[in-house]
Amino acid sequence: MDMMMVYIGLAAVFGLFMAWGIGANDVANAMATSVGARALTIKQAILVAAVFEFLGAVLAGGAVTSTIRKGIVDAGSLADSPELLVYGMLAALLAAAIWLLLASQRGWPVSTTHSIVGAIVGFAAVGIGIEAVKWVKVGTIVMSWVISPLTAGMIAYTIFKSVQWLILEREDPLDRARRFVPLYIFLAGFTITLVTLFKGLKHVGLELSTGQSYAVAVIVGVMIALLGRLFIARIKIDPDADKDFRFQTVERVFGILMVVTACSMAFAHGSNDVANAIGPVAAVISVAQSGVIGQKSEVSIWILLLGGGGIVIGLATYGFRVMATVGKRITHLTPSRGFAAELAAATTIVVASGTGIPISTTHTLVGAVLGVGLARGIAAINLSVVRSIFLSWVITIPAGAILAIIFFYILKLVFG
Amino acid sequence: MSNYISKIFGSSPVKPLQAHMAKADECAGRLPEFFEAVFVGDWQIAKAVREAISGLEHDADDLKKELRLQMPKNLLMPVARADLLSVLRVQDEVANLSKDIAGVVIGRQMTFPDTLKPSYMALLRRCVDAAGQAHTTVNELDELFEVGFSGREVEIVQGFINKLDQIENDTDKLEIEVRANLFGLEKGLDPVEVMFLYKVIDLTGDLADTCQRVGSRLQLLLAR
Repeated sequence: MDMMMVYIGLAAVFGLFMAWGIGANDVANAMATSVGARALTIKQAILVAAVFEFLGAVLAGGAVTSTIRKGIVDAGSLADSPELLVYGMLAALLAAAIWLLLASQRGWPVSTTHSIVGAIVGFAAVGIGIEAVKWVKVGTIVMSWVISPLTAGMIAYTIFKSVQWLILEREDPLDRARRFVPLYIFLAGFTITLVTLFKGLKHVGLELSTGQSYAVAVIVGVMIALLGRLFIARIKIDPDADKDFRFQTVERVFGILMVVTACSMAFAHGSNDVANAIGPVAAVISVAQSGVIGQKSEVSIWILLLGGGGIVIGLATYGFRVMATVGKRITHLTPSRGFAAELAAATTIVVASGTGIPISTTHTLVGAVLGVGLARGIAAINLSVVRSIFLSWVITIPAGAILAIIFFYILKLVFG
Repeated sequence: MSNYISKIFGSSPVKPLQAHMAKADECAGRLPEFFEAVFVGDWQIAKAVREAISGLEHDADDLKKELRLQMPKNLLMPVARADLLSVLRVQDEVANLSKDIAGVVIGRQMTFPDTLKPSYMALLRRCVDAAGQAHTTVNELDELFEVGFSGREVEIVQGFINKLDQIENDTDKLEIEVRANLFGLEKGLDPVEVMFLYKVIDLTGDLADTCQRVGSRLQLLLAR
């Protein structure tokens, strides 16, 4: 049993390290569009990220964590030797964390999700046996990596087209922005709340029926929209700024909307990516505590707290620096575009989180940005960078897998 | 560490394109001042203004090169890259022509017959108006990008382009007047001098034509 305490300790340390890495580097990707559009200052963005990443991780991170914990490796094939799962999960965490550290130092576009899934599949297929991997589930996950950017792109395209049609193309864009932006705010608040509630908040002691969920989501949406309207009403026309660029005040109205979508995006990112750090931790702990694999219990809340906390620490110690460089580099993104991309990405990600599918939040956001670009919304998108981001998983998955296999054998030697 | 998602946002060509047009407009805008000095025979001032125009044209060239470098082939933009580059090329011609006009006059220390001066000045001022209108039109580009090249903004720009066409039309008429004027004076003037007067009038007319072409290139951006 002492050994099990060592495993739990190691898992917690590795998991925290991984969560730190996500907060230090990955969160900046999720917040890039908000910071780039200057809807938030760097300080505000960090505050929003800290609060909503944490909330997303704790309130909505459970389902994806379950998938990483027991959805990829087939527990049945490990019934006789549960410690193999412990070594494997520890190896996967270490592999993904080290690969991410290396990649982010070099500036390679690497997804945390791809690393961890690659690592888990790698140790299971090679270290234990091909039959130890739930290939159908892995297939679904890989499919979702293609589908999620496409979905986000289509949603973003539609949202931006609607903005053009309802507001930008019209004779009185400012009046129409004041009228319609609260609707988009409602849409953002409603969707995120609804999906989160549907997924169930049993682990925080909240159980609602479908009808109740809808009612709560409508109430939350309306409340946020009213709050947004209050702020929008306070925006004064700035004739000086409007002389140079007539849509300056209109964009400031969209800026309010973007505060909401930035929160949604941070929430969505937390809900999906926390699992990359704590899914393996949860797996190790469930084996260590019971000696058996795959019992049906929910992911306990303290593990989610560990992940959420780790992300916030990463953000506070390093992430703010990465965020500042993002703000300098993105020069021409306006809130009317940034919000469309964020809302589309956040919706797609939260739905995936609700269904327990680990997707790449970065790829989803890139898909959404491309969607706005195809609606003639963005002045210039560098397609070769887009291509390199999407192609990166071709390298990331085997890299994560190979590293995990190496660490798996080392751990087996040390502990076995 | 670096953040890669920010790298997918290329830099917008709008501001540099507008800055380039501002330089080109400024080049043309200095010409009346230049000719006023030439008309009174103050070559000191004329040379200084020509220097200034030449400097502005040089600045425009630098902006042009910079903008070309930031528009690699694999950019996704709301408008075709080739169309934007052709707007840039025509804008650059406005600056070049302004420099050429001043250059010819300085190079030959040209004198203008008194009776030609008012009609030439009228032509020149209208050509400068054309450059100003082209500049105004190019200044709408950020609004066009904002709305995604559709709706009401397109009508506004269309209106600006129509006005530019009108101005160019005026310059055509004024140019005919100046030529008729010069034709009447031809006999009493030095033939070589007359040749170059025609050349200056030609170049001045070209200036307005080129400004109009800035407008028509922009129109290509509006076409779906």
